[in-house]
Amino acid sequence: MTALKEELKRQIIEVLHLEDITPADIQDEEALFGEGLGLDSIDALELIVLMDKTYGIKLADPKKGRDIFQSIDTMVAYISEHRTK
Amino acid sequence: MLKKTAVHKSCIIEQHRIVVDGKLMWASEPHVPFSDFAKEAFHHLDIDYPKFHKMDALSKLAFLAAEYILQDEDKDALALVLANRSGSLDTDVKHQESIQDTENYYPRPATFVYTLANICTGEIAIRHGLQTENAFFVAEEFPEETIFAYADYLLQSNKAKRVLCGWVEYFQEDYRALLYIF
Repeated sequence: MTALKEELKRQIIEVLHLEDITPADIQDEEALFGEGLGLDSIDALELIVLMDKTYGIKLADPKKGRDIFQSIDTMVAYISEHRTK
Repeated sequence: MLKKTAVHKSCIIEQHRIVVDGKLMWASEPHVPFSDFAKEAFHHLDIDYPKFHKMDALSKLAFLAAEYILQDEDKDALALVLANRSGSLDTDVKHQESIQDTENYYPRPATFVYTLANICTGEIAIRHGLQTENAFFVAEEFPEETIFAYADYLLQSNKAKRVLCGWVEYFQEDYRALLYIF
């Protein structure tokens, strides 16, 4: 689980071009949107692509994304349960 | 029609150099990729604006030129009139590459949103809080008469107090920005 968290943080930083941020700067339970990392709606779409491309998870319902993308913890929990890659 | 003599200020970005009113503001090592040049020029400005790193090359070029030329300038009722040759082709090509392979079909939303030339004017407007007239022309060469005539119209009709206008061209590492304030 810890390895997956680290891997996911690195992918998010790379895909979302989060300059000057390291995996250590992202807390597992920290909000990814809003006050946390301050991600926006385009970032949310990028995360959907990341989930599909890297873990084989297709999110057809954007409302689900709101819960899944709350934090690294929630993303990792969903990925662990639903990944096909 | 406006003449170049009415130019209040100018900024040129080309060959890894940023020059404002003839004064060199920033230069990077030659031969570095545009992305590195842009990143260094951005850090030189010492501003907190994370969105910059998510922009495509054309928007980074326009953003930097606007940032350098608008330092210490009044932005009240400032209109934007820009032009270039390649539109958003550099980003269009990147987007096309991401959808080329039907077996590996992953269009990138963050790339797709920059597949319009006038997005760079939007980035400038957002950064500087401009809710004013803006236009973006695509032409083979810098359409000086059109740009200056349009800027003149905006000023004469009181649709703007000042106009930031010029050329912002980027395609596959070949770039040039030339902005004026009237």
